[in-house]
Amino acid sequence: MRARVLPGFTLSLGVTLLFVSLILLLPMTSLVGQLAGLSWSQYWAAITDPRLLASYRVTLLAAATASLFNALFGLLLAWVLARYAFPGKRVLDALMDLPFALPTAVAGITLATLYSRNGAIGALLAPYGIEIAYSWLGIALAMAFTSVPFVVRTVQPVLEDLPTRTDEAALTLGASNFYAFRRVIWPHIRPAVITGTGLSFARSLGEFGAVIFIAGNMPYETEVVSLMLATRLEEYDYAGAAAIASVVMLVSLLLLLAINLWQGRFYRRLHGGSFPG
Amino acid sequence: MLTTSPLRHAALAATLGLAFAGSAAQAADRTLLNASYDVSRELFADLNPQFVEQWQNDHDETVEIQMSHAGSSTQARAILQGLDADVVTFNQVTDVNVLAEQGGLIPEDWQSRLPNQSSPWYSTMAFLVREGNPHNIQSWSDLVGSDVSLIFPNPKTSGNGRYTYLAAWAATQQNNDGDEQATRDYMRQLLRNVEVFDTGGRGATNTFVERGIGDVLITFESEANGIVQQYGEDDYDVIVPPVDIMAEFPVTWVDENLDSDADRALAKAYLEFLYSEPAQRTLAENYYRVNDENVSEEFADRFPQTDMLRVNDVFGSWDNVMQTHFASGGTLDQLQRR
Repeated sequence: MRARVLPGFTLSLGVTLLFVSLILLLPMTSLVGQLAGLSWSQYWAAITDPRLLASYRVTLLAAATASLFNALFGLLLAWVLARYAFPGKRVLDALMDLPFALPTAVAGITLATLYSRNGAIGALLAPYGIEIAYSWLGIALAMAFTSVPFVVRTVQPVLEDLPTRTDEAALTLGASNFYAFRRVIWPHIRPAVITGTGLSFARSLGEFGAVIFIAGNMPYETEVVSLMLATRLEEYDYAGAAAIASVVMLVSLLLLLAINLWQGRFYRRLHGGSFPG
Repeated sequence: MLTTSPLRHAALAATLGLAFAGSAAQAADRTLLNASYDVSRELFADLNPQFVEQWQNDHDETVEIQMSHAGSSTQARAILQGLDADVVTFNQVTDVNVLAEQGGLIPEDWQSRLPNQSSPWYSTMAFLVREGNPHNIQSWSDLVGSDVSLIFPNPKTSGNGRYTYLAAWAATQQNNDGDEQATRDYMRQLLRNVEVFDTGGRGATNTFVERGIGDVLITFESEANGIVQQYGEDDYDVIVPPVDIMAEFPVTWVDENLDSDADRALAKAYLEFLYSEPAQRTLAENYYRVNDENVSEEFADRFPQTDMLRVNDVFGSWDNVMQTHFASGGTLDQLQRR
């Protein structure tokens, strides 16, 4: 075993496991503990209530829209930040993290104010019959806002690692702009884009604070899963809430696992079998 | 496995130091934590200094009243999970009941410990309509027109919304001589006319006032009048329907969280103070209805006459209401089903 910069494998692994246990596993155990109070048929009934099914649809649709939007928009932002120097770049760079720092409720209320019928932007769209606040578009907007840094912050360092001379070389060899992007740049950044998009999607699935203020929360139309979960808590129905939480967690976990596995495969292909790090 | 390092000691010392600095900053001799509902901030900001002064005069002790505000059910849940609240001032009887039934923190008969079933003030539901009342909304039956759009908070997540639901149900049931099918049809239409379901009362106020959505906001009379006070009498009218519901605001001290007789005495004195004439005057000034005869006479012109039905009389009990109407799969869910 070669020498590591940080010494003490047993100590660092021990601390790691302790923290994983305290911060991740223990809360999840209590979630499973809540579930233990339910029979399988009760559990199935709790997670397949028609109104809840409608909220799965709304949440998935909005999260998919938001993360696809973020994939495009986040890629563009990362590109601008990585490839250009312009005045105010540092400020723009810092602004990218704002959605993470801002309390999500503030984001939700601000977006609702801007995009409602009498808001600055909503008033411009209203004559065309486009309503964003209090529709599923509003939910997607709030999700996109709170999760766009995931894409920017995963793609940006990869783009910065890719020297400009790579695309210049492609161009001098006669590639068109589009061809150079598709065959030279895209293969390089694709894993980062997909990871970022996946993270953005997973985060959107559970978003509550921002969504709740712009959603309208109409049954079967604009209710998100996290609202249904909060509703169960209001009823002191901890088991029902835990059942819904387990579904959200399972979907997120499977998604993140899929991304990780896929990424591993990609790196193996790229580096001829040796996993980096 | 975990070795103690100088760094760890330093970090611990810093944390503890901060904690001590925090408690040293409170100069008061005694503190009292009041866990209250969401929209009572302004009210208790008015009431607390009066009590602090009164206690100072009577006992020569300084008291600091700490406030915690959130939805009633959220507060009850927090207390069940360990929030060390000394007194609760809620807007839902059920949320206090939970403290007795699930936590054993207070006796089951807590409502008999203070006058008026432990409700120092009450309110009812009012309609806030836009200037001139263009849809001529006067009673509950006017709310189900196909062109009337309503705003009230989600009964699933808000006590305010629950009272609206119960008031509409009770008034309609009385209106059609107990024909439950007709009441259900009415309720279905009422719920369909809602344009945005906010999770709490203040959220609904925001949607109606700031976003300009909806023709009628249904909320507590106190909140409706508060909006008019704050946003201008020219823009809105408050309408109290002829038949309405009695919304109680139950208070009690949390026995299990009070460690000494002295603490218990303070908590009890605080709640009893809410029944005193000065406190009742402050409540009436905030558009809450009170039982003190002098005060209610003095403020009579603020509170229109209405036939106020009690939840216990119409629906049996709060427990019954929660089970049949608001639980998962209950009447509310059935009415909203597609």
